[in-house]
Amino acid sequence: MAALEQPTPQPEVLLAVEDVTLSFGGVQAIKNVSFDIHKGEIRAIIGPNGAGKTSMLNVINGFYHPQQGTIWFKGVERSEMRPYVAASQGVSRTFQNIALFRGMSTLDNIMTGRVTKMNKNIFWQALHLGPARAEEIEHRAKVEEVIDFLEIQHIRRTPVGRLPYGLQKRVELARALAAEPELLLLDEPMAGMNLEEKEDMSRFVLDVNEQFGTTIALIEHDMAVVMDLSTRVVVLDHGELIADGTPDEVSANQKVIDAYLGVAHD
Amino acid sequence: MFYRETGQYRTDYASDQQILNLPQDKWAMALLLAVAFLVVPLLINDYWANAILLPFLIYSMAALGLNILTGYCGQVSLGTGGFMAVGAYAAYKLMTAFPGLDLTIVVLFAGFVTAAVGTVFGLPSLRIKGFYLAVATLAAQFFLVWLFNKVPWFFNYSATGMISAPARTAFGLEVSGPQAPIWAKYLFCLTLVTVFALIAKNITRGRIGRMWMAIRDMDIAAELIGVRPLWSKLSAFAVSSFYVGMAGAMLFAVWLGAVEPTEAFGITVSFNVLFMVIIGGLGSILGSFLGAGFLVLLPILLKSVLVGGLAMTVATAKHVELVLLGSLIILFLIAEPHGLNRLWQITKEKLRLWPFPY
Ligand SMILES: Nc1ncnc2c1ncn2[C@@H]1O[C@H](COP(=O)(O)OP(=O)(O)O)[C@@H](O)[C@H]1O
Ligand SMILES: [Mg+2]
Repeated sequence: MAALEQPTPQPEVLLAVEDVTLSFGGVQAIKNVSFDIHKGEIRAIIGPNGAGKTSMLNVINGFYHPQQGTIWFKGVERSEMRPYVAASQGVSRTFQNIALFRGMSTLDNIMTGRVTKMNKNIFWQALHLGPARAEEIEHRAKVEEVIDFLEIQHIRRTPVGRLPYGLQKRVELARALAAEPELLLLDEPMAGMNLEEKEDMSRFVLDVNEQFGTTIALIEHDMAVVMDLSTRVVVLDHGELIADGTPDEVSANQKVIDAYLGVAHD
Repeated sequence: MFYRETGQYRTDYASDQQILNLPQDKWAMALLLAVAFLVVPLLINDYWANAILLPFLIYSMAALGLNILTGYCGQVSLGTGGFMAVGAYAAYKLMTAFPGLDLTIVVLFAGFVTAAVGTVFGLPSLRIKGFYLAVATLAAQFFLVWLFNKVPWFFNYSATGMISAPARTAFGLEVSGPQAPIWAKYLFCLTLVTVFALIAKNITRGRIGRMWMAIRDMDIAAELIGVRPLWSKLSAFAVSSFYVGMAGAMLFAVWLGAVEPTEAFGITVSFNVLFMVIIGGLGSILGSFLGAGFLVLLPILLKSVLVGGLAMTVATAKHVELVLLGSLIILFLIAEPHGLNRLWQITKEKLRLWPFPY
């Protein structure tokens, strides 16, 4: 199905990474990497552990500032910015290690995902009247749509710390979706899941992409999942981009086979 | 069987978002407020007011404030005593400069002044966390108390260095000074605490409260999804200090009437309010009240049992109290970090299932 969606004549570039280099002290996590993400596609980023995938997402949403290179988002060159600015411009994400707000309920976690869209001031909040109350109800309705979409109605009130791992991952996706992102960054959303959970999550990722038209950057180790979901694949190894193409092209690439597919992953 | 949730459906988000959405909870709250506002003022006497009710209300206000900062936003503070002093001195300066001013305005003004001071002392929280922040707020505590001792302008150059509250009115009732009727003092504090508890509940259950809790639970993730750390932390310091400042103003103007900063607002006060928040329940409005009630009542009960019942000396009883308090803090921190509030919730959950636990 990836093959059917792919050949749009002139794809619009939503995000472009140009010649980005990021280092931590002596360690070069990303070396002169360039690639782009088309509007509406599911772009997989793969590579062995330590290849620089998570660092790449952190660069894209403004958490790390690369020493070199430029990032274009929606046709505008991005200046150095704080992550919350990227978030308010339409980039949202999930994390490799679950980063939910453990002391809050599922509902509050997802409501927090809409933080960039809410702005009624503290005086209205204090009274819980007028604009603040209307805002809360309006956004609650939006959040309930996400809850229905991801089929997590039954855990709405549960403190997220009590949820099993698979559901926590799903709540994290819900929190990211609640922001109605233009670009959704998913860092190993299926890691540690059993087959059934993986299938559910794959279905959700596809549905998000198809129903909302959300552009997705997906880090994933399971090649079967990558082949199924993604339009195009970027392969990183030791911080370098070693291949970029359709899933079929990439999996036939000898460099990739050596670097990635040859290496055992769990 | 009496405490039921089933059969009571909420049909829209507005009613789902109510603070108390079970009718029995609403009735219980209404009854409690009716007793507090209508019955207690008729029965109140000096002992009850000065030993229990006023300290309970005022420390509840302080605990609400610290709970906003520590319980909701995760920023530790040992400066509560110092910030209460700011509220008290702001109130004193305003009361003496403008004798005709309603005490309600004075207390609110004290809150705003303390909010400003608290925000400044909250600036280090943008860089440091946990233990180091606690040390920074401890420095604020000592600095503020030192300041109010040292600079005569704050105590209007009085010979003793103490400040004492002149008689002032609120809504036409005399609520400060030695002649003020005790029921009026009580009602004044009760009204302020009730209103501001409701406000705290509203703020913490909405957007701002969620931002605070997000910072508390995982600050990096919070920032990555769009929460502004600077704004969130400083607003928590501001709102928290507002409450603590009002508590300080009430403590000075209404309850004690005359204070000396080292004693009334020393480090012991900071720790006491922190203990209230921990024992009552971090991140809970109700817990702030439970904790304040517990810490106000504990010494009184212990004293009557140990000194009255077991004929211990007062000094020994005081030691027993400290040991007991210390053990309780450790117990709560380890076994039930959500404090008395959590125990109450569990009781309610059990009540819901009773008498058929399965
Ligand atoms: N904050 C950091 N400080 C120092 N080194 C880091 C940091 N984040 C990542 N790295 C290093 O950068 C490299 C890439 O890491 P990462 O992006 O997490 O890889 P991946 O997600 O592909 O497994 C690794 O060598 C890692 O140790
Ligand atoms: Mg990673």
